[in-house]
Amino acid sequence: MAENTIIHFNHVSKQFDGETILRDISFEIERGKFYTLLGPSGCGKTTILRLIAGFLEPSGGTIEFDGHSVNKLPPNKRQVNTVFQDYALFPHLNVFENVAFGLRINKLPNKEIATRVKEALHFVNLDGYENREIADLSGGQKQRVAIARAIVNRPQVLLLDEPLSALDLKLRTAMQSELRQLQRRLGITFIFVTHDQEEALAMSDEIFVLNKGKIEQSGSPRSIYDEPINRFVADFIGESNIIPGNMVRDRVVSFAGKVFDCVDQGFDENEAVEIVIRPEDLELKQRGEGLLQVRVESQLFRGVHYEIIGKDKDGNAWMIHSTKSTKLGEEIGLFFEPEAIHVMRHGESEEDFDRRLESYEGVCHV
Amino acid sequence: MSKKLNNTYLIPYLLWIGLFVVAPLGMILYYSFFDIEGHFSIGNYIRFFTPIYLKMAASSISYAFLITFFTLLIAYPAAYLLTRLKNRQLWLLLIILPTWINVLLKAYAFIGLLGTYGLANTLLALSGIGRQQILFTGFSFVFVSVYLFIPFMILPIYNSLEKLNTSYVDAAYDLGASSWATFRRVIFPLTLEGVKSGCQAVFIPALSLFMLTRLIAGNRVITLGTAIEEHFLVTQDWGMGATIAVFLILAMVLVMVLMGRGWVKRW
Repeated sequence: MAENTIIHFNHVSKQFDGETILRDISFEIERGKFYTLLGPSGCGKTTILRLIAGFLEPSGGTIEFDGHSVNKLPPNKRQVNTVFQDYALFPHLNVFENVAFGLRINKLPNKEIATRVKEALHFVNLDGYENREIADLSGGQKQRVAIARAIVNRPQVLLLDEPLSALDLKLRTAMQSELRQLQRRLGITFIFVTHDQEEALAMSDEIFVLNKGKIEQSGSPRSIYDEPINRFVADFIGESNIIPGNMVRDRVVSFAGKVFDCVDQGFDENEAVEIVIRPEDLELKQRGEGLLQVRVESQLFRGVHYEIIGKDKDGNAWMIHSTKSTKLGEEIGLFFEPEAIHVMRHGESEEDFDRRLESYEGVCHV
Repeated sequence: MSKKLNNTYLIPYLLWIGLFVVAPLGMILYYSFFDIEGHFSIGNYIRFFTPIYLKMAASSISYAFLITFFTLLIAYPAAYLLTRLKNRQLWLLLIILPTWINVLLKAYAFIGLLGTYGLANTLLALSGIGRQQILFTGFSFVFVSVYLFIPFMILPIYNSLEKLNTSYVDAAYDLGASSWATFRRVIFPLTLEGVKSGCQAVFIPALSLFMLTRLIAGNRVITLGTAIEEHFLVTQDWGMGATIAVFLILAMVLVMVLMGRGWVKRW
């Protein structure tokens, strides 16, 4: 276990009424980093958060905080604070008293409470909001009060349960960078739960992609985006073209009836694989040029780019993101670099995946 | 057009209010200005401020306070427990059920239970304490009244507890509050509305209890309700009876106004 580890999940499982929510989950959380638990609803991400906060007890395994098991420790004794999805601001207290709640519980002197509340409100850009009633605040302001109420207690870890989901797009984007900056300034660990992959990519140092109570893949946003471990991750994070293929030998893969150079290795010869190419890595070419020929089936204008769907001779659908437009039914060529191809092995575990990547890239994937 | 229609619908309600609320109130006020011989006077109002009636009023109010206090003391934890039970609807029904039985029947049942040779005294005798005078005391009056009022206190409190967002409780725990601190700082203040309506539903009727004072308290407890009954039915001094009723109504209005202004908040 790394020295910097603050939370350690050791083979943790959780069942509710005979239904398994988490199955044998192990991971470590380090101090001072921004983590995101990402997955579709029902994947167990909120359960993990509630286990850390202490609202739930694991059915199996141990959760360690700072090297000590906290399985039995109630939430009011833990050095973590939560920003709830619905903010859960106390409606009978004003902004000041909401933020002061934890400090009053700890019986701090009034003077210190006043300074720390002021400081916390300043941190979230709500100077002068002390006497406002909760009902008079906008969604974004409530959000900030909820964050101030949590960080004023100087927790070691801040848990955020989909706190941006109730905000409109513009505010959400603004809050994303604000949260990221806040985490850097405070230097404490943030564990952020979301089902929004863009949010996860934009904010995190490290992402855990969860599905059906298991961690599918963990790593930096870049490594998860560029090298998804399987179809689920590739599909869930960003847009992907996932095409069945065959590994001819190291660094050579065949799909769509052709053979291509790639940068992946460590597979068996002629192993059936799936390849991923991101739509933005596909370059539009004139008919007859490029590596693949497709016929344009549909085109949508997405603002930043056109989303073009083309079909190749084998019937594989290819999504292309391009600033250039095409015509329906037109034959076009597609070009992509060998680095754009990512090869996935069926049913590979995360350890094997990491080991294989390390073997030829010589860099550690964290 | 639709506004006119709405007004038409209001007519039965207005008639009802006029006949059974406004008119009786007017008559009470009217009668309160006549003495026993039928002469117009404000003597009744002056008489109300003599020690005998003031004592009655004080006794009424303090008994109503006691009854409300003990009802709340029992009803709040009961309502809280109720929100945590599995078969809530069944339990709720069991609590509501006794209110369907006539008050008189329940009073007579208590006479049987609390009497000299009743179940309570039999148990006391068996335990070696010996038979006590339970019936016809202030204690029995408060005890039976509390029993009668408990469902009316539980229901509004239960409703407000049910409406309470559990994430407030989670948030309080998360911020380090113990169970007691969570209750005192979050759960109770947020269910105050239920407590208020419960207290109103108990305190106001408790002010004018009169049947129980005779059946259970054996006229040892004299409330304003008893006094009104005596004046109308026994002494035939309708004027004085009406005057007491006026003060009772004023007290009720006062309670409602105070409750509406967060009286319980400071309490």
